[in-house]
Amino acid sequence: MTKKTNSSDTINRVWKFFTSVKLTVVLLLSLAVTSIIGTVIPQSGTASEYFHKYGELRYKILSFLDSIFDIFDMYHSWWFQLLLLLLTINIIICSIDRMKTIWKIIFVKIPPFNVSTFRRLEYKKEFSESSMPDELEQIYKPVISKSYGYSRIEQTNNGFCLFAEKWRWTRFGVYIVHLSIILMLLGGLIGSIFGFEGFVNIPEGESVKKINLRNTAEMHLLDFEIKCEDFSLSFYDSGAPKEYRSSLVIIENGKPVLKKDIIVNDPLRYKGINMFQSSYGTLPPKEVTLSFTIRETGMEYKKKAAINKPVDIPEGLGTFIIKDYSNSAGFKGHNIGEAFMGTLTQQTGKQVNILLPMRFPSFDKMRKGDVVIAVASHNHRYYTGLQVTKDPGVWVVYSGFILMIIGCFVTFFMSHQRLCIEVTGKGNHSMVMVAGTSNKNKMGMQRKIEILSEKLNRLLP
Amino acid sequence: MNSSIILSVTTFVYGLAAFLYIVSWVFKKEAPGKLALWTAVLGLAGNTAGIILRWIESYQLGIGHAPLSNLYESLVFFAWTILIIYLFVEQKYKNRTIGAFVTPLAFFAMAYASLHNNSIQPLIPALKSNWLIAHVITCFIGYAAFAIAFGTSWMYLIKKRDTKGKSLLLKRFPEENIIDELTYQMIMLGFLFLSIGIITGAVWANSAWGRYWGWDPKETWSLITWFIYATVLHAKMMRGWHGKKIAYLSMAGFAAVLFTYFGVNWLPGLHSYGAMGQ
Repeated sequence: MTKKTNSSDTINRVWKFFTSVKLTVVLLLSLAVTSIIGTVIPQSGTASEYFHKYGELRYKILSFLDSIFDIFDMYHSWWFQLLLLLLTINIIICSIDRMKTIWKIIFVKIPPFNVSTFRRLEYKKEFSESSMPDELEQIYKPVISKSYGYSRIEQTNNGFCLFAEKWRWTRFGVYIVHLSIILMLLGGLIGSIFGFEGFVNIPEGESVKKINLRNTAEMHLLDFEIKCEDFSLSFYDSGAPKEYRSSLVIIENGKPVLKKDIIVNDPLRYKGINMFQSSYGTLPPKEVTLSFTIRETGMEYKKKAAINKPVDIPEGLGTFIIKDYSNSAGFKGHNIGEAFMGTLTQQTGKQVNILLPMRFPSFDKMRKGDVVIAVASHNHRYYTGLQVTKDPGVWVVYSGFILMIIGCFVTFFMSHQRLCIEVTGKGNHSMVMVAGTSNKNKMGMQRKIEILSEKLNRLLP
Repeated sequence: MNSSIILSVTTFVYGLAAFLYIVSWVFKKEAPGKLALWTAVLGLAGNTAGIILRWIESYQLGIGHAPLSNLYESLVFFAWTILIIYLFVEQKYKNRTIGAFVTPLAFFAMAYASLHNNSIQPLIPALKSNWLIAHVITCFIGYAAFAIAFGTSWMYLIKKRDTKGKSLLLKRFPEENIIDELTYQMIMLGFLFLSIGIITGAVWANSAWGRYWGWDPKETWSLITWFIYATVLHAKMMRGWHGKKIAYLSMAGFAAVLFTYFGVNWLPGLHSYGAMGQ
């Protein structure tokens, strides 16, 4: 044996392996079963999250498994991608292998019909008519050609055969489905190579050019700036969120080029980059109005104060400086909501740290000092959290979606239907046989034959 | 009269229809069968009225949206699609024993719905999308078709167990190959609509969150379901599997449907709004 035949032998074996539907079944079920893992173990969490969830021992076991099988990010693991790759090859090779024969069947110039195959069919209808064959030919022909795309008549010794067929092309249906899957996977691949998924927080009134990429520590520089002019949120009476809205402006070369308010489900798209409303948060205000109530005189003073800039307390009681802000401050283990933290420096030089929760304006009374300090008002400042993505593969995936729907419909509910009506003259009457086949849904075809033969029978009195 | 009352009554009507279908099957009588059909039609009318009324009520509350936004509403719609498809099958196959295996599923869906909060809630921002209607409707047509395939697979297995054809109870069942064919038809219908459901969900996810696929547990489970039914289709079309094997696979597929629908709410993910009413 020469080397050449050996290698072509191997190719043949590999080809055979991939044409097997058994392989398809095994791959589909393997994908189904292994996919469960990632729905039970949260994916792409941080080490501390897993440690917290599973405890030390189980975490050690799982992270050992993760080091080999990537179970913390299993849908992007080598073995899961390998299963998808094998399925792709399986689909392609199966399709090519069967296409060779299907192609010949679909692209024939004259569809071949053989009356004896129809005669042999188990299910057919026969009845007699008192008219002669050539009379029946004139009556049947227009009826059949109305609902069948192709029909032809062949004369026989004492009668004729009417052959008709439709939807030959639907034999392609399943390959449309297969192509759609290839397109979806290809689109996904394009997206993961040429696209990105990131996020950015933009304080109201500010703009950004760099975004954080997800699942990596890297930043990505955009070729334009995103400015958040305003963020607003509204609630239903029940307290459930109603709407998150960010007014965004795209700035290119220092000039605003596009302006749009985005809400959840209505993103902004610019130059192939999509910006989605995904979260929000509050920021420390730049300036607040403080109120000072002097215990001795009972006088109340209001003063504006900037963060980290000391202000003099009226009546010479020292200075106060706001140092910090939190939107969920803790006090004795309770969450007391929005609060400011500041430091009071008394005339004596003694320093006291003071907590000023917004929800409890007289909180500072508890300190029993010379002056009661409170935050009278401050302007909320929000930042908007945007999901920023680019996915050039999305249209490939979407065309896959459309083909999938069309292909499934064609494959499941349309079939290549072939019909034969044989009319034989016998003396002064004719025998009519109606028979038909289809490549799918044989029972449906039987019903069609039944209905058709009744219809033909009724055409003549 | 409000939608909740109508839908509660509908639950009992479906229960009665299921009971009558079973009676008609067990006692081999035609009369209760006819009555069962009309009870089922009445139930469907009530179900339809309940859904429409609930839609109107949501507008009267000033938070108008299609009644497809939480577990209660989806279960009510699920029962509705099961009934629609079932009545169509009954007409086509002219056999009422199937009803004894399918209408109880609609009854269970409604009964389970009644255990959940049925107040009309405003839509949270993530659900405010036209894709909501397309996504939920297509998914549930798929689920309902799979539910019926489950019922017929069960019938098939019962019929198969009685190898000698002794049991009189099974006399009225359709022929084995007809049950098998019906299961297959339902799986094809379900598969088409599950595919459209997943696709509309993906397009929606892309317009809401900027990705069409994120391996969220619900997404993943719907894909697992899709894989299982894709296996059924390939096994049947290409390997000529039929009968018992297909019936078992179809039941496994429906178990995956149920997990996609209910089980996933115990796992973390974006679809958790489908969880027990707040």
